Amino acid sequence: MPLALSLIIVLTVFADKAHAMHIAEGLLPAPWAIFWFAASAPFVFLGLRNLKIRSAADPNFKAMVGLVGAAVFVISCMPIPIPIAGTCSHPCGTGMAAILIGPTLSILVASVALTLQALFLAHGGLTTLGANIFAMGVVGSYVGYGTFILSRRMGLPIFASAFLAGLLSDWGTYAMTSVSLAAALDLNSFTTLFTTIFIAFIPTQLPLGIIEGFISAGAYTFLRSRRPEYTAMLAGETNR
Amino acid sequence: MKYAIGAVIFLILVVVGVSVFQPTSEWPGVDESVIKKAAAEANRPVGEGIINIKGDVLLFAFLTAGAVGGFIAGYTFRGLFPPSPERT
Repeated sequence: MPLALSLIIVLTVFADKAHAMHIAEGLLPAPWAIFWFAASAPFVFLGLRNLKIRSAADPNFKAMVGLVGAAVFVISCMPIPIPIAGTCSHPCGTGMAAILIGPTLSILVASVALTLQALFLAHGGLTTLGANIFAMGVVGSYVGYGTFILSRRMGLPIFASAFLAGLLSDWGTYAMTSVSLAAALDLNSFTTLFTTIFIAFIPTQLPLGIIEGFISAGAYTFLRSRRPEYTAMLAGETNR
Repeated sequence: MKYAIGAVIFLILVVVGVSVFQPTSEWPGVDESVIKKAAAEANRPVGEGIINIKGDVLLFAFLTAGAVGGFIAGYTFRGLFPPSPERT
């Protein structure tokens, strides 16, 4: 509860207008918008299927998904000012979600959060929803989850593994946003535009990724220490 | 309690950092400083959302979203992690 309360305080203080990595409404040409919807849809379907299966096996699982989903929604619409860059951006929360409930369910909660933000918060857009789900949901979740599993297999401590999951998930999301923007807005050279956008993200995302790493590590270690019996549903423990 | 204290310290550090390092910045989001800039250079205009919220209504929407999200997170958290008997 203190975590939720503190999130509300931070959101309240800095709420002004959407400061986002989300690609805004209308920025993608129709073929690209359709392409990203088609690319994201199977992952969302997998998430729905996985939710049904795992909820039937564990009655507490839906509550866990609800908790993580609410956290992802709040985190991903919370602009954080980066003093050294003079700009704002938001963490994504999908790296944390992926190591708590698994990557497919992380994609599912990200898609719900992004849809609500596009509809009611002028944050992202409906035509760019597919691209945003792919960047924040699919790439963010799988990069975070993969990093966590790999780090644990390499023998890194849980805190360090969760930190790296959050960090690389954030950077992966913004790298994917650069790819989808460069591909859609390509004027002369994809590589040049991708590099330009990616470099422009760095002053803000470099420190923000570190913040996201600490959020992931804090959330994972806290939940694990508070109720170790729930570790059975934590993705990293069961390799699901 | 220590998490709430940590959040308050973080908030103070951010506010102090904001006023010390970039006192005159308008704090644009990366959507403006990066995404919309790249789109403008490609002559790709930004469209408006279906529900086009502006001004203080957007502030209200963000506050409501934070409050609802925080409530759901707190409610499910309490169900999953009830306080131990000695702490109640």
